[in-house]
Amino acid sequence: MAEAIVKAPVRLQVNGQAYELLVPVHRTLLETLREDLQLTGTKHGCEVGECGMCTVLLDGEPVLSCLTLTVEAEGRQVTTVEGLERAGELDPLQRAFAQLGAAQCGYCTPAMLLTARSLLERVPEPSQEEIREALSGVICRCTGYLKIFAAVELAAREAASDAGRQQR
Amino acid sequence: MARSARLNVVGKPLPRVDAWGKVTGRTRYADDLSLPRMLYGRLLLSTQPHAILKRVDVSRALQLEGVLAVITGQDVPIRYGIMPVGQDETALALDKVRYAGEPVAAVAAVDEDTAEEALSLIEVEYEPLRPIMSIEEALRHPEPRIHEYGPFGNVHRLASLEFGDVAQGFAEADYVREDLFFFQGNTHLPMEQHSALALWDPAEGKLTLWSATQTPHYVQRALAKALELPESRVRVIATPVGGGFGGKSDPFHHEICAAKLSMLTGRPVKITLTREEVFYAHRGRHPELLWVRTGVKRDGRITAMEFQAFLDGGAYSSYGPATTYYAGTFQTITYRIPHYRFQAVRVFTNKPPCGPKRGHGTPQPRYALEVHLDKLAEDLGLDPVELRLRNLTGPDEVTVNWLHITSNGLRRCVERVVEASGWREKRGKLPHGRGIGFAVSAYMCGAGLPIYYNDMPHSEVQVKVDRSGNVTAYSMAIDIGQGSDTVIATVVAEVLGLYPEDVKLVTADTDLTPIDLGSYSSRVTMMVGNAAYEAAMKARQLILRAAAERLGVPARRLEARDRLVFDRRDPSRCLPFAEAARLAESRFGLISTVGSYRPPPRLGTYKGSGVGPSPAYSYSACAVEVQCDPETGEVKVEKVWLAHDIGRPINPILVEGQIEGSVYMALGEVLMEEQAFRKGQHRAPSMLDYKSPTTKEMPPVVSILVETDEPRGPFGAKEVGQGPLLCVIPAVANAVYDALGVRIDETPITPEKVLKALEEKAKGGPGRVGPERKPDFAFPEPTRVERPPDWPHPPREREG
Repeated sequence: MAEAIVKAPVRLQVNGQAYELLVPVHRTLLETLREDLQLTGTKHGCEVGECGMCTVLLDGEPVLSCLTLTVEAEGRQVTTVEGLERAGELDPLQRAFAQLGAAQCGYCTPAMLLTARSLLERVPEPSQEEIREALSGVICRCTGYLKIFAAVELAAREAASDAGRQQR
Repeated sequence: MARSARLNVVGKPLPRVDAWGKVTGRTRYADDLSLPRMLYGRLLLSTQPHAILKRVDVSRALQLEGVLAVITGQDVPIRYGIMPVGQDETALALDKVRYAGEPVAAVAAVDEDTAEEALSLIEVEYEPLRPIMSIEEALRHPEPRIHEYGPFGNVHRLASLEFGDVAQGFAEADYVREDLFFFQGNTHLPMEQHSALALWDPAEGKLTLWSATQTPHYVQRALAKALELPESRVRVIATPVGGGFGGKSDPFHHEICAAKLSMLTGRPVKITLTREEVFYAHRGRHPELLWVRTGVKRDGRITAMEFQAFLDGGAYSSYGPATTYYAGTFQTITYRIPHYRFQAVRVFTNKPPCGPKRGHGTPQPRYALEVHLDKLAEDLGLDPVELRLRNLTGPDEVTVNWLHITSNGLRRCVERVVEASGWREKRGKLPHGRGIGFAVSAYMCGAGLPIYYNDMPHSEVQVKVDRSGNVTAYSMAIDIGQGSDTVIATVVAEVLGLYPEDVKLVTADTDLTPIDLGSYSSRVTMMVGNAAYEAAMKARQLILRAAAERLGVPARRLEARDRLVFDRRDPSRCLPFAEAARLAESRFGLISTVGSYRPPPRLGTYKGSGVGPSPAYSYSACAVEVQCDPETGEVKVEKVWLAHDIGRPINPILVEGQIEGSVYMALGEVLMEEQAFRKGQHRAPSMLDYKSPTTKEMPPVVSILVETDEPRGPFGAKEVGQGPLLCVIPAVANAVYDALGVRIDETPITPEKVLKALEEKAKGGPGRVGPERKPDFAFPEPTRVERPPDWPHPPREREG
């Protein structure tokens, strides 16, 4: 065998749940999420940062989990697609994607949803240009993106009208 | 049409039935699966494009701790292939490699790192042969032969047909024009990399393979052959496919290797291709050199056409024999061509095998034809749309090559696009740099013949209704994102008066589901939809009969709707669907019904007539507006208008999604994507180098659905997965001409080519970039086929 594999202890918060793991230092966050924690909603893509499929949120910011070492996530909050549901309630983005047909094969959908979630946190009512810019790192070969833009806009509108109702 | 008069769920913009799994991350794709004691498999790829395989030494790899098995070509020596006439592949190269990237060995190890390390310990000795890397080289160099079969040299397949009398047709012409085009190869680039998980059960002698495949039935047959197992001992379960576009329609190396490795180790083995390996698995668009010559009357009516295609097939057959014919088959579906000659040659080259990509073999000739007609219109001083209107086919016609057109909304598609895009105000009138282009196209709704000859149904569906009111539909169709699950659920729900979410689905499992040939050739809505309709109608009849007895009204007065069965005259006399289902089970026993679909017989009987017939044809028309930068050569697509004759939409959200996705894929092909090679190696086997459109390049699309209520379609429906892609590519090329006055007769239309054409034009040249001459190649004399006697009227006696 090759040289001994160095492992390191890591504490992660994934979707609000705490994990203590001992992982090889070269293990990517993608591998840890999918293979160790069985969170297979995060998709395995090119593994070299070209396609965006493996996007997760790290402290609310989109990162490519294939280029992030698990040890880099020490003590930080990781959100995967499984974490978008709250107490059995779907995120407005998830509802909008389903309603408008923004998911076809669905393989890029987790990455699109998380990236859009991060955008809406920063910019609650983004323009289409802002949506295009924010999602430009995730490739979708099915939809031509248009229904994805529409779904993000719909979710933003619904969130805005919910907020409006709460204020009244 | 009576049965589609009052529809409850068909035609409604309901969410896909698989949407919830996809937006929550619960959908399990092949690579998401794992089993206890699972091993990881990897493939070792050839570094040589063309070489004798002298020696593959795996001894060091086998000694590595954690490696359970290593196999080479000798372990899986049986040839297979998707088509009976193309059994030319082995799972691992046997005595020769034919492209860089071809698998030569496979390992199974306890983890991926160990598998990867094992690959580096395998020693391969090659004796290089001259690589053949282009159509011209393949025709020029009969030696070294890439394969030992085919008519001669490096020619794989030939087609040569003449319908009517082309000489007579050209003699009648007032004007003749010819053009030459090159369509570059490109690849599907699905976001999900191919993946397969194999489980061998030695006690039962049974293999189970979960795989991201569009064709579980054909994979089952290939596995049985390659591994010498009875088909009944091979179970293939297609997992939800994360993008196919034709690229997962062949049986693949990694599927057979995973199976063999599982048989050798007694443990489950998963092989997921890397992104680089997906570029080598390929089966994508054939590069094609295309020559077309058309004779017309002064008013633009076509008198004759000749079409020649030179196809670069890559290293293996794949679907190539069919692709060869698709280069010439559908020209006649859009235009009345009274005399037509079609000749094609497919050559082998030392590149990953080409095969079916969305539109299978028809985007290339469609591009050539539609740009050629644009030029012809200009020669005649006609508006390009007007030229087309004077030649369009209509409904209920037969083409000169014996294809039967049933419904045909092409004329309406053209009119709608012209109106919506403002074509008449824009064409030739926009400022320099801005332009509008137009094209039309057509596609089949399912291949009329199966891949291997048999006279059994192409699609079968079972519907089971149980005493709780649960309805389950069983079908081998696999959802590849196109929405086949939703189509089946919607059709069954409509017939039974339910909602799509009420219909449970068991799909794409060769042990559990009746046959469907697969998600290819735009066949699923037509064929699975019809089989599902028939099965559901039989269940409905039993349920209504039982309900009629209970309600004391004749069954013909009953209607099923909103989860109720009720008397149409007195809706207060009603039963919940579940109660009616219980009554039916009491009365008749298990309610389990079946439907089978077989395409109508083809009209043509000539050799080659098996490619092209389809129950129906879809039609599209498209206008594209572009803004070109004469300084940089950059082409920006501003807007696309696309009208599609859908027959009737089963679900308009799905239809729009397919149109938008087709436009997207077409824009990638026409503007940036190319599967190109340099010194025998793939030039860009990564997504960084293989450019595809991102969110920033996608223009707005105006989708217009034209309804023609296809008599052969389920609820009048036709295909939409592939047809809308075809017309977009030439429309962009024609728009570039309108914008800048240059002709780019070669895809992709890159800024470099645009600049080169502009420079040439500035120097007083024609302002064209494209192939200059066609290869010297003597096609065989065409087989003469008589025109249908009443052309373009279909022969009455042969069909009902």
